[in-house]
Amino acid sequence: MTAVAHQLAHKPLPRGVAAKSATALDLAKIRGDFPILAEKVHGRNLVYLDNAATSQKPRAVIEAIVRYYEQLNANIHRGVHTLSVRATEAHDAARQTVRQFVNAGDTREIIFVRGATEAINLVAQSYGRRHVAAGDEVLITAMEHHSNIVPWQILCEEKGAQLKVAPIDDQGELRLDEFEKLIGPRTKMVAVTHVSNALGTVNPLREMIEMAHRRRVPVLVDGAQAVPHFAVDVQALDCDFYSFSGHKVYGPTGIGVLYGKRALLEAMPPYQGGGDMISSVTFEKTTYNVLPFKFEAGTPDIAGAIALGAAIEYIGGIGMDRIAAHEDELLAYATEAVGAIPGVHLIGTASERAGALSFVLDGVHPHDLGTILDREGIAIRTGHHCAQPVMERFGIPATARASFAVYNTKEEVDTLVEGIHVAREVFA
Amino acid sequence: MDDLGELYQEVILEHSKAPRNFRRPESTNRHAEGYNPLCGDRCTVFIDYEGDAIKEIGFQGSGCAISKASASMMTQILKGKTKEEAVKLFEEFHDLVTGKEEAAAHAEDLGKLKVFAGVSKFPARVKCATLAWHTLQSALEEKQETVSTE
Repeated sequence: MTAVAHQLAHKPLPRGVAAKSATALDLAKIRGDFPILAEKVHGRNLVYLDNAATSQKPRAVIEAIVRYYEQLNANIHRGVHTLSVRATEAHDAARQTVRQFVNAGDTREIIFVRGATEAINLVAQSYGRRHVAAGDEVLITAMEHHSNIVPWQILCEEKGAQLKVAPIDDQGELRLDEFEKLIGPRTKMVAVTHVSNALGTVNPLREMIEMAHRRRVPVLVDGAQAVPHFAVDVQALDCDFYSFSGHKVYGPTGIGVLYGKRALLEAMPPYQGGGDMISSVTFEKTTYNVLPFKFEAGTPDIAGAIALGAAIEYIGGIGMDRIAAHEDELLAYATEAVGAIPGVHLIGTASERAGALSFVLDGVHPHDLGTILDREGIAIRTGHHCAQPVMERFGIPATARASFAVYNTKEEVDTLVEGIHVAREVFA
Repeated sequence: MDDLGELYQEVILEHSKAPRNFRRPESTNRHAEGYNPLCGDRCTVFIDYEGDAIKEIGFQGSGCAISKASASMMTQILKGKTKEEAVKLFEEFHDLVTGKEEAAAHAEDLGKLKVFAGVSKFPARVKCATLAWHTLQSALEEKQETVSTE
């Protein structure tokens, strides 16, 4: 599925279209790029289907980290010596790569953070604390990850504001009409996920953002589960903030990105104080640095940013639209194959999904299923996926979730299906 | 027997499908709630403690096969036991599921609970096996807050 299809039409492409373009992927070569895929687990070939938790890293990313520490390591933005200049240039280049990746208009709009969680906390604490007052409202949806719930709860509690939650239906789709109704005169911020980590639902962001903007409410998008799966264009979306984590998009842990519209970021107070985020300090007055450095206090994860740049270049080399087509085909195949197993109930059957397949199996608790699959070499996630309100909505304590990446194959889906049958036999 | 077979022994599967004492006893004077935030397992243990012994014990909740079977078999072994005996059994059970060598010495005390020895090969499942026991301990100590395995 293309970015345009996701962002404009919100309709799934005919599966045949995806299938045709996906054949162009050289999966054997791609799998060879990920050293960990050669690992054995309990004597079996690793089948890694926990990509929504974190993706594996291609050699290009691992080598970028090694190369940084072996050839470039120095602190950035302060040394006149050669290594510091090299490190600064590499760090700047990574920011430029990220800018292109999400099609931001300006590198000053790209803030490096620790991950999507920190990005959301930054906006809640900086923008939120300045603009949300007693009696105001923050609107989220019922399918948010805890990272897009708790920072707003903290803010609302501090300010005496109210957290409003737009409901989802039995398919796991947002009730768009209810969402629109909940944007009221006191709404000061809308924070929504692009793709649900627990259900795989892709939200109709363009419409949602237009609804919010008609009422002059800014929108933060949690893109952690979107950017690994299809091309994202923050300008086309017209979102005000967009956050994602590096480690879910083939980069290392500890690095993430906040995109924010420049005018908003310029007007926001700093999130943390320290070195790098200032232009001058006296005990009487400190002048803050320009964007993006105003929001990057302290020595950042330099190697992490550079390695994230390498990850983005790696997937750029394959092509985001080809990755989307391949994963779409895989998800459709898995949905059909897993859904056909007697006793399986799919949780989250939205018309447009990406990345993840959540399900429960009659008579087998997800945790037991996870253990049995692990012995078959298959890694899936079981539990509430840090989305307890979603579990509550469906009246279940947990689900099993298989989530896909560019290197996954139909044969791996077949292995998953066989593993589920093993679990059914154990509990027969 | 392979690891998986050792974990999911017939007795454990049977208890998970038809847990014993899976109810709130008519008369109870102590209870506690346990929660495993990792997997969402919940367990409430009810005790009727009279004199210095557990007269009646039951549990309710939702969870995986290991946590349910563990709770079920725990309630069976604890009827008539004193608080001290129950706490000692928990320690011995904990040694068993974490693979401590000391567990062998307590084989007689543990009785049927020995079927949980297979859990020691699955470190991620130790919390499932011990959730009911942690909850029991809290109920015996008459603590008010929900016990968390984290």
